[in-house]
Amino acid sequence: MIVKGIIVPGIPHPLLCPDANEGWRRLADGFAAARDEIIASGAERLLIYSTMWPSVTGHQIQADPAPTWVHVDELFHDLGSIPYSFRIDAAFGHSFQAAAEARGLHARTVAYHGFPIDTGSVVALKLLNPDNRIPASIVSSNVYADRAETIVLGKAAADAIASSGLKTAVVVVMTLSNRLFSDFIDPKDDHIHSPKDEEWNQKLLEFLAAGRLEDLAQLSRTIQDQIRVHKVVNFKPMWWLSAVMGQHNRYAGKVHAYAPLFGTGGAVATLTPAPESTGDKEFDEEDVEHYRGDRTVLGGLDPQAQAPPSAPPTDGQPINTDTAPAPVGAYPHARREGDLLFLSGVGPRQPVTNAIPGGPIRDDDGQAQDYDVAAQTEAVIENVRRILKAAGSALEDVIDITVFLVDMDRDFKAYNAVYAKHFTAIGATRTTLAISALPTPIAVEFKVVARAPST
Amino acid sequence: MEGRIVAGVLAPHPPHLVYADNPPQNEPTAECGWETLRWGYERLRKDLDAIDFDTIVILSPHWQTYVGHHFLGVEQFKSLSVDPVFPNLFRYHYDLKVDVALAQAICAAGSKAGLVTKMMENPDFRVDYGTIVSCHLTRPNWDKPIVGISSCRSAAYYSVEVMAEQAKALAAATCAAIKASGKRVVLLASNSLSHRHFTHEAEVPEDMSREHIMSHAQYLWDMRAIDLLRNGHTEQFLDEMPEFTSQAISETDAGALSWMLQCMDMPKYKAELYGYGSVIGTGNAVMGWFPETS
Repeated sequence: MIVKGIIVPGIPHPLLCPDANEGWRRLADGFAAARDEIIASGAERLLIYSTMWPSVTGHQIQADPAPTWVHVDELFHDLGSIPYSFRIDAAFGHSFQAAAEARGLHARTVAYHGFPIDTGSVVALKLLNPDNRIPASIVSSNVYADRAETIVLGKAAADAIASSGLKTAVVVVMTLSNRLFSDFIDPKDDHIHSPKDEEWNQKLLEFLAAGRLEDLAQLSRTIQDQIRVHKVVNFKPMWWLSAVMGQHNRYAGKVHAYAPLFGTGGAVATLTPAPESTGDKEFDEEDVEHYRGDRTVLGGLDPQAQAPPSAPPTDGQPINTDTAPAPVGAYPHARREGDLLFLSGVGPRQPVTNAIPGGPIRDDDGQAQDYDVAAQTEAVIENVRRILKAAGSALEDVIDITVFLVDMDRDFKAYNAVYAKHFTAIGATRTTLAISALPTPIAVEFKVVARAPST
Repeated sequence: MEGRIVAGVLAPHPPHLVYADNPPQNEPTAECGWETLRWGYERLRKDLDAIDFDTIVILSPHWQTYVGHHFLGVEQFKSLSVDPVFPNLFRYHYDLKVDVALAQAICAAGSKAGLVTKMMENPDFRVDYGTIVSCHLTRPNWDKPIVGISSCRSAAYYSVEVMAEQAKALAAATCAAIKASGKRVVLLASNSLSHRHFTHEAEVPEDMSREHIMSHAQYLWDMRAIDLLRNGHTEQFLDEMPEFTSQAISETDAGALSWMLQCMDMPKYKAELYGYGSVIGTGNAVMGWFPETS
C-alpha cells in the first residue's frame, strides 16, 4: 500500500551547502520534516522517480542491491563530492519491471558497478534516508514518454507495490519552475527567476497544500509550457505520481518548504492519503491502462489504430488475433455461440515473444523458479482484454470466469488482489480451482465467458 | 611559433561502436556491428596518424552545464565510465590526461569575451561518456592530452540561433588560446546528426538486421547536411542549422559542430566523409577537415 507521496528538488545545494542561503537551509529542514513523516508512516520502501535520470530505450529501474560511488554533479561540481552507498530493493525492481512489461511497456533493470545514479536521486536518498533504514527503488524518466505512457508506468508501479504488500512512500524528484540562472550568482542573491515563474509556483503550492494531486497532474499540461520545464522532462513526475497514487485528490497535503534554488522553484511537500476529496477526476483521454507502442514523433499513427473496425463475429465463428499469444493446440482464441463469447483458456504469455511476465514457474530443465503471480495475473487479464477486443467485446462484458492456479496456498492472495482491481466493478461470477499443472510454465489461467457484441 | 588547428573532426559518440570494437577497456563484448561507421573511424585514424599534433580539444553534448561552458581542469582522470542509457554496452575503464594549461587559456579567453566559463577542478569528477567514446574512437591509445569542454544548455532557454552565437564566441576564444599556446591541435565535435532513437533495443544489440535510420525524413536531412559539408558549403550549412536541428531532432543542438566549424574558419574546402550509418535509429557521420592539406 502507498502511505505517502513526497515531492523534493534534486539540485544539490540543500545537501552540500545548506547554510549558504537561508532558503537552502529551509529546504534542508523540509527534507528532514519529510523524513520524519516517512518514518512515522511506517514505510517499508521508498520508490523514487527522478527527472534527472533520463532513459531512452524504455524505462530503467535500479536493481544493484548496494550501489557505491563518489558522485560529483556535472554543473555544481565545485560544491563538493557526494560519497554514497545505498540500500536498494532489487527484488522490487524486478517485480516493477515485470509489471511494466505486463502493461506493454519496455522496461529493464540495471545492476552495474559504477552505474551513474543521478544527482536528484542521490540528493533525495541522502536527505530522506541518510541511514539507509528503508530500502529504496529508483526508476528513470524516459525522454520520449508522453503523458499516456507515463501514466501507464505509474499504474505499473502501483501494481508492483500492491503485489508486494509492503508500505511504500513514493518520491518524485523535480523542481517547480525550472529556469536556472545562466550566470553564477552570489548565494545570498538567489531568487525565483521571474515573477511569472513565482506566480505559477504559488499555484502549484496551493494545489499541493490542498492535496489536489490529480488536479495538479491535469493542470501541469498548461504549466509546463509556462515555466520552462525542460523539453524532455515536462511535468512527467506529477503524471506519474498521480497514477501511482490512484488518480484522485483525496490527500492531506503539506508544503514543508519552498525556496529558490539557483533560480528554480524548489519545494518539499508531502501527500498523505485522506478520506476527503476536493472533487472528482475529470474525463481524461490520455488515461489508459496499457501501452500500445510508439506513436512516432514524426506524425505516424499506430497502424492498428488506423485499421477499420471489423464486423462482429457471426454465430459459430472462431476468433483469432495476433495481439494475444498463439494457442498451444488446435483451438481458436474464442468462439461465438448465440449472444455469448467463449474464450479458450488464457494464460500470461506475451504475443510473439511468448515471454512470461513475472517469470516462468520452472526453467527448461524443469527446476522450480521464483515467479510473480501478480504480474502473471495482470498479463492474463490483459490478454483476455485483447481477445475480447478482437471479438468486438470488452472486459466489462465478462459474465463468468473460471480461474486455475497451480499453487493455491502460495498464490491466491496476490492473484485475488489483482483480480479485485479489475473485476470488482464488473461483478462477474468466478470459481477458482487448484490444479497440478498447465501446459506451459505458468501459474495462472482464466477461462472466460462474455457477452457477444450485437450483430 | 603560433599554435594552430591542424584538423577538425565530426566524431559522433554512440557507445555501440566501442562495444562492437571490443577494446580491453570495455567490459561488455560483441560479435560484430555498425561496421561502416567503425571502418570509417579506422580510415580517420589513419589520416590522423599522418599528422603531427599535441592536443585534442573536444566539446561533448553529454557534459551538460546550464551555467556557461566548463572545462576539465585536473591533469589526470582515471575511473569507470558507465553509459546511463546503454549500461549493458558501455562500461569503460579510462585513464586520460588533460592539457590543463590550454583548458585554462580557453576558459580565460572565453570569460574575457563575455562568455560564462568555469574550470572543473574536482578530482572525483567522472568524465562524460560522450567524451570517452569520441576520444577512444579517434585515438584509442590515448597518447594525447585532451581539453574537455561542456555543452552549455542555457541555449535551451532561448533558441538555436542564440546557441549558434554562443558557439561563435566560444570558437573565437578557442582559436585565440590555441594560437597563443603554440600547439598543434585537433578539434572534435562529438555529436550525431539526426538524433531520434528507437525506444526498443534488439535482444542482441549488434543484430544489424534490426538497424536502420529512424525515418526517411531524418535520412534526407542527414544527406543534405553531409552534401553541404563535403562540398565546402559550410556557411550555408550553418545558415540552415536551426532548421536542421529542429527537423532532424539533431544533436547539433549541443553546439559542438557549430563551434568546431567556426573554429575552422568556416571551411570552403571539402570535408572528407569517412562513413555514415545509423545507430539505434540515429544518423551518424564521421567527417574530417584538414586545413593544411586542403
